Amino acid sequence: MRIYAIVVFLFLYVPIGIIVLFSFNAGRHASELRGLSVQWYGKALSNPFVGDAFVTSLIVALSVAVLSSLMGTAAALALQRLKGKIRILFDGMIYVSVMIPGIVIGIATLVALVTVFDLLNPLLASIWPEGTKPPKLHMGYASVIAAHTLFTMSLVIILVRARIAGMDRALIEASMDLYATPWRTFYQVTLPQIYPAILAGFLLSFTFSFDDFIISFFVAGANTTLPIYIFSSIRRGITPEVNAIGTMVLAASLLLLMTAQFLLRERSSR
Amino acid sequence: MPNQSTSSNEIDIEFRDVTKRFEDVVAVDNMSLTVKRGAFFSFLGPSGCGKTTSLRLIAGFDQPTQGDIFIGGNSVVGIPSHKRPVNMVFQQYALFPHMDVSENIGYGLRQRNPQPPRQEIIRRVDETLEMVRLSGYGKRRVWELSGGQQQRVALARALINHPTCLLLDEPLAALDRKLRREMQIELQTLQREVGITFILVTHDQEEALSMSDRICIMREGQIVQSGSPRQLYDEPVNRYVADFVGKTNFFNGDVVDAGDKGIAVKSESGQVFVGMQPKAAPGLVNGSKACVAVRPEMIAISATDEANNSNNITIDGQVTNRIFLGEHTEYLVSTEGCGDVMVLSPKSVESMSRSFEPGDKVRISWGSNAALVIGDT
Ligand SMILES: Nc1ncnc2c1ncn2[C@@H]1O[C@H](COP(=O)(O)OP(=O)(O)OP(=O)(O)O)[C@@H](O)[C@H]1O
Ligand SMILES: [Mg+2]
Repeated sequence: MRIYAIVVFLFLYVPIGIIVLFSFNAGRHASELRGLSVQWYGKALSNPFVGDAFVTSLIVALSVAVLSSLMGTAAALALQRLKGKIRILFDGMIYVSVMIPGIVIGIATLVALVTVFDLLNPLLASIWPEGTKPPKLHMGYASVIAAHTLFTMSLVIILVRARIAGMDRALIEASMDLYATPWRTFYQVTLPQIYPAILAGFLLSFTFSFDDFIISFFVAGANTTLPIYIFSSIRRGITPEVNAIGTMVLAASLLLLMTAQFLLRERSSR
Repeated sequence: MPNQSTSSNEIDIEFRDVTKRFEDVVAVDNMSLTVKRGAFFSFLGPSGCGKTTSLRLIAGFDQPTQGDIFIGGNSVVGIPSHKRPVNMVFQQYALFPHMDVSENIGYGLRQRNPQPPRQEIIRRVDETLEMVRLSGYGKRRVWELSGGQQQRVALARALINHPTCLLLDEPLAALDRKLRREMQIELQTLQREVGITFILVTHDQEEALSMSDRICIMREGQIVQSGSPRQLYDEPVNRYVADFVGKTNFFNGDVVDAGDKGIAVKSESGQVFVGMQPKAAPGLVNGSKACVAVRPEMIAISATDEANNSNNITIDGQVTNRIFLGEHTEYLVSTEGCGDVMVLSPKSVESMSRSFEPGDKVRISWGSNAALVIGDT
């Protein structure tokens, strides 16, 4: 049993370790190690295409994180008040949306958006004043952000719901009893109690969006995010530069995930 | 005006035909009561009888299904809890974990509109800390405090607002016995000092008896009897109350002679008991089932050969158990036909006459004015 576990972990982590190791390769081929250096990190960071892709990814991930933590928290608070069958229905739908594979979300969003755009674009063109150029809806920032948010919002809802459920309801009543209006109770008592979960949800959403390839691939339109850039450069052969980018993304993601984990851990120890 | 309370400003809280239903559970059932300003009032009853619900109706966390509730003469039905001039001390204290002791206590003042100046809040928090004997604890985190200290922070957090009425939901239940006794005394002293109405919920009869001016005994959402601790102890209206308030011996039987001077009740074994009927209780007629209640401290215990004293009810039996309680000795006497009888014999009597051992034949007796004849419910 122990050997089995070791083999599983080797399979999981050795390839990742190799990528990290080869990113420090001094040679120019990905397959043979010739001394260590950080030159490929320099190359990667000074590559304008990498820089653009990084900025695109950052904009998308930040927007997704902000939107999903705001909407997810609001939804979690609202769901808390639902009762009976409706609540079960919503709970079920949230879990299902987390379990749907990314490729399904990607294709479904793509098909839905293309259909809607095809319907709306002629309509817009027809009502737009003569002589001016009518706007044309197309894939872009908005569509990736929307598709990611759809998914990550459910994560935030689940995290915040768990935190609200673990919170002493008497605290809210105590606050109301001490003359605080519902709004003041929210930001003086509820929010300080649930913010670790919101922050964790923010970080998880950011990481998810930043790392996501599948959904972005379908709906990003002309925008190139970092994972899409990596994918397209791999087709030209794996270089140490790609390894260096991968390692940086990995390090950033791990850092964020660990922070999120820490935030969630801290609140439960109290 | 229909929305005005009947009585003058003497009355602080009034329930008028209040019913609270949760789906199919009736938690409070057509309850009417008044609480005088400055009183120490207790709801006493077994688990699930609706005590907490009654308190929550006053605090405004729940709204009555039917009926009207008045605070200081004004109907508060529909008014949310943050607009009611009452404060609550929660059973698990519900202190805000992300604030220190001072911030917790000052919370109510900070919600006021307009907010009092900072200096004023600091001054009053310090004053209140001193009142609950927690000076110097202001900067502590609440979870660092002991149970008794948390309890006092919860009290301070409510009292600093000078509510017209303080609601306490089993505030001492989480404390150990000794600390509970101390806090009971502290609470009583505090109540006299600040002079505001206290409404206490408890299922501990000793706590209710020792602390309150008035007790309301509840069963299944209804009031069974309310009155002063003395009244409840001396004149319980039925077996439920007598059983709940203090220890009592019960003898069941049928009424055979319902006279003015006293009521005679004959038990199945043929023993005839004579006793008084409490003033508040409904009349008993010949043939109705009744119950004779005798407090254990009203029963005298003596040797079977001893010359009879003035007590006119005597039963012979055998001591089965003796518990030494310090000031008293408690005997359990098993009798022929009347079951086990508990007798509480004070120390003074014990030292004068001889004391008894388990196995001794004894005679127990009491005067008919020591016995109460009450309905068997
Ligand atoms: N929110 C609620 N929803 C449904 N039923 C409730 C609710 N609150 C109370 N009840 C029911 O109402 C009845 C009275 O409850 P309440 O909490 O007032 O009892 P209590 O006298 O305070 O008991 P305890 O001594 O155990 O605290 C119980 O049967 C309880 O199950
Ligand atoms: Mg209760």
